[in-house]
Amino acid sequence: MADANVEWHPVIKASELEDEEPEHARIGDTLVCVVRVDGQIHAINDVCTHEYALLSEGFCDDGEIECPLHQARFNVTTGKCTAGPAEEDVRTYQVKVEDDQVYVGLPKA
Amino acid sequence: MSADATHVIVGGGQAGGRAAEAMRAAGFEGRIVCLASEPERPYERPPLSKGVLTGEAAESAVYLRTPAYYAENGIEVWTGAAAGHIDREARAVALTDGRRVPYDRLLLATGSRLKRLPVPGGDLRGVYYLRTLADSRDLRDALAPGARVVIVGGGYIGLEVAASAVKRGCAVTVLEGAATVMARQLAPELGSWFAEQHRARGVDVVTGAQVAGFEARPDAPERAGAVRCADGSVYPADAVVVGVGVAPATELAERAGLTCDDGVVVDEHGRTDDPAIFAAGDVTRHPNPVLGRRIRLESWQNAQYQAEAAGRSMADVPTEYRVVPWFWSDQFDQNLQMLGLPEGWDRLVWRGEPDPAAGFAVFYLRDGVVVGANAVNFGKAIAPARKLIETGARPDADALADPGTSLKTVLKAAG
Repeated sequence: MADANVEWHPVIKASELEDEEPEHARIGDTLVCVVRVDGQIHAINDVCTHEYALLSEGFCDDGEIECPLHQARFNVTTGKCTAGPAEEDVRTYQVKVEDDQVYVGLPKA
Repeated sequence: MSADATHVIVGGGQAGGRAAEAMRAAGFEGRIVCLASEPERPYERPPLSKGVLTGEAAESAVYLRTPAYYAENGIEVWTGAAAGHIDREARAVALTDGRRVPYDRLLLATGSRLKRLPVPGGDLRGVYYLRTLADSRDLRDALAPGARVVIVGGGYIGLEVAASAVKRGCAVTVLEGAATVMARQLAPELGSWFAEQHRARGVDVVTGAQVAGFEARPDAPERAGAVRCADGSVYPADAVVVGVGVAPATELAERAGLTCDDGVVVDEHGRTDDPAIFAAGDVTRHPNPVLGRRIRLESWQNAQYQAEAAGRSMADVPTEYRVVPWFWSDQFDQNLQMLGLPEGWDRLVWRGEPDPAAGFAVFYLRDGVVVGANAVNFGKAIAPARKLIETGARPDADALADPGTSLKTVLKAAG
């Protein structure tokens, strides 16, 4: 993980996250879904790859998020699509926590 | 099935298309021929009453796949090819144009056909039905700004067309025979709430309306100019839209002697009582292991996943179709999702005030067991509601009604 290639953006306080309760964050034009599962914080792109819907408004369970619109499922760690109707995976982003502040790393432009 | 076997699919809708994909993905290496009676490759119908009808969505978005996909995967899609007869003895499908296609395994994905309204004036021009992409294009042209549009039927299709017509600037009336709209799908309370949403946006929703006939326009007697009701009321119309439901297109199967019962009867793998013939989508009556009975569904979910199970099973990867029935409808800025086929429910639990901005859900309980759920702008409720239905849970009704208690908590407590 070459930190030099990413730019870190503060998104939320770690203490505000509840397990498997996804939160939405916006970094410029990038919509991000931040979710904590078993103490680990993950960040994935928030837009379903099937049709436009925010995954952060979906239901998170067993390490996967189900899209609120058509029930596609994505693994929050790998971004992998595990159930249709979507076919493409969602992007994942690096996460770090410093002094309770959660940062999401986006690739430098 | 060996690589020189042929699978023929009758029907080029979503179910036919998805089944073709599924059998190929499951490893079937033989020939796949998909007979599509419309001049289109397989496409999804939900946008036809929404984005395609308003013009907001590109028509190209409805297709399941590009032409290149079918070429690359060796799937022959014969457009404009209508099946006329199944010769089970010879294992061949005869097309209405005289062509014949032999099959080793056959899939019937013939879908539904529209119910026509058998009233005087029903054949006049200017009376629209909506099933195909061509229908949607025709209707879109009729939904001109200022046009008076009278819609017969207040089900999903009628109400989605109403919302689309309002978006296009039409003056819209909906005539529904029952006491509330979407009466077959929703609790009357929620149906009434939806009717009010439409009225608030200018739609004249008339319930208890018995349509008696369509009247010709005095200046153009070949065209419908008004809808007349049994009580004598008359609704002038530039366009009439009829949305009174569909029936399964079982004619081919019936003539072939396959067992039908309001749908082609199949097992959990989509197989009919002829081991060489399968069926998929709207046309099937299939077992639902969650509900414990045979059902027929007219839905995107069914056309997607029952077809996938049948397609995989045809490729010798037996796949059981097991889902909680799920439907959705978009009307104005309301996204309505429905789970289950609630029957005999004795209690409705509202979660949250009926406020579309915040979103809310309604649960249908029978003897304390969740048998159905609706969510309005609240898709997050669907996954936990599905789990409640799948497990036959008896959740605490007060917790279920409390938006402050997460559905995950309700689910865990009921587990």
